[in-house]
Amino acid sequence: MKSKRTIKVNYLARVEGEGGLTVKLRGDEVLDAKLNIFEPPRFFEAFLRGRNYSEAPDITARICGICPMAYMMSSIQAMERGFGVSVDRQLHALRRLTYCGEWIESHVLHMSMLHAPDFLGYEDVVQLAADYPDIVQLALQLKKVGNEIITLLGGREIHPINIKVGGFYKAPTKQELYSLVDRIKWARDAAFETVRWVATLPFPDFEQDYEFVALRHPEEYAIIEGTLVSNKGLDIPIEEFENHFQEEHVKHSTSLQAAIKERGPYCVGPLARFNLNFDKLSPVAQEVAHDVGLEPECFNPFKSIIARGIETLYACDESLRIIQEYERPEKPSVELRPRATLTYGCTEAPRGICWHRYQVDEEGTILDARIVPPTSQNQKVIESDLLHFVKKNLDLPTDRLTWMCEQVVRNYDPCISCSCHFLKLKIDRA
Amino acid sequence: MSVSRRFVDLKISSKSLKSKANILVIGVGNEYRGDDAVGPYIARKLKTKGLPRTLIEIQNGEGTLLMESWRNAHTVILLDAVNSGASPGKIYRFDAHHQPIPSRFFNCSTHGFGVAEALGLANRLKRLPPCALIYGIEGKTFEAGAMLSPEVERAAEDVMERVVEEVCKRGRIY
Repeated sequence: MKSKRTIKVNYLARVEGEGGLTVKLRGDEVLDAKLNIFEPPRFFEAFLRGRNYSEAPDITARICGICPMAYMMSSIQAMERGFGVSVDRQLHALRRLTYCGEWIESHVLHMSMLHAPDFLGYEDVVQLAADYPDIVQLALQLKKVGNEIITLLGGREIHPINIKVGGFYKAPTKQELYSLVDRIKWARDAAFETVRWVATLPFPDFEQDYEFVALRHPEEYAIIEGTLVSNKGLDIPIEEFENHFQEEHVKHSTSLQAAIKERGPYCVGPLARFNLNFDKLSPVAQEVAHDVGLEPECFNPFKSIIARGIETLYACDESLRIIQEYERPEKPSVELRPRATLTYGCTEAPRGICWHRYQVDEEGTILDARIVPPTSQNQKVIESDLLHFVKKNLDLPTDRLTWMCEQVVRNYDPCISCSCHFLKLKIDRA
Repeated sequence: MSVSRRFVDLKISSKSLKSKANILVIGVGNEYRGDDAVGPYIARKLKTKGLPRTLIEIQNGEGTLLMESWRNAHTVILLDAVNSGASPGKIYRFDAHHQPIPSRFFNCSTHGFGVAEALGLANRLKRLPPCALIYGIEGKTFEAGAMLSPEVERAAEDVMERVVEEVCKRGRIY
């Protein structure tokens, strides 16, 4: 008779939101691997109906306290495209700088505080800090620099209030931005040290044949605009997203799960961006990646922590470039006039693409909205990783396998609140 | 920057608390989630009391921001809702230097790095103010859009009085 085993985590720690995980095994056969998401649905798309287009950034920002910029910027991009306006180079640069701040604070929180303990066998960052106090101190200060960028440009660290459709309520002076330069230079060095450290972590030997999807831009490492590309031939404008991707409801999740039509799971986030846009990273970021041995294409999801580090370093480098080239725009925003439109926006949240669609009437009232956050896109690939990782590591004792499964999930820095906007793990060998 | 360059400066910048306040009271919570709003609720009321040498803040409980806020304070008092299964309105008082904070008490946090983790990490890194107190109030409902429950509202009044006493006592000492 085949032995049965269940690996279960009822409440997954160190992720945003509420979810769990169950893997069922019978002998050497993995029957099922599920990411159970039981965070209650949050109905943001319904809230948006009947609201003015100008409210979309502030309403959607509330979807997440870690990556509000992603929601704000995707909605702003959609509205501006729909109304046929574009912002000038400096306003574009200011948006990119604010987004860099969000990447820094989000990536550092995940790398050093939430994910690194997994690799070294610590329960949490408090235990990690006992043996690696300098690493943790460094992370705290580095994250703070990200927060400072957002505060200066957005008015406050969480849910910025200075950002609107058309630009900003107030644009910073050159002097105000220059006040950040020394701190960001420090942060770039700190990011370099962090990358070197995370690259020395023990990485399980595990690779999968992923389809990576990210935005791509001809002139820059895509963050706030671009077309959608993949390593398996996808190359489409963002408005064609629904022709190629579909979301479905599954019983064990209050979040929709996305897949590429007729191909299945796909992967978004730092590793996807690194693999697809390596050539657009700044020379120093490319050099550091080579130095630590991370080369595109990397198919080991555990190494996403290094990609996050590279992106953190890049975000610091890019912030410095933007500040050096900054000239305060004459007006902090462009004028716009609403018109009836079906319009789309897509930007690169720290965890991957954040796609929006809005139908707006001639008065600027939102009639319909659809938001596809990164974590709902990564759910299927997380379940696929769990299935294959457990198959490959059946000889591990259940407690060790459970630990590793949690780590598999955290490779993706899932933001469950965003996707349904939580995590428990169960391995069932019964 | 060259990759051959070594990171050399681990010095951490220091920022003073605004004014001469060295007592920091932080109301932690989400004002739109029922009893989770009790920390901010008490903080708003305390702001009208004109407490000496005291800065009062409202935060959402993100751990790193909490650690940054209390960096230069002599005393920090955190006010937060608790979800431990006890009777609604039950009041807890912890001294972070002498009592471990059960993370299950304060589990409504961003990415699992909230009040309990910030206190634990700060303790480990010797970044806790000399005096760090936490008042927790057991909540009844944490539903989106809900108001404070009557039990928690009554307890909030009690906690407010106790915080005023703590602050006045320490304001005289420091």
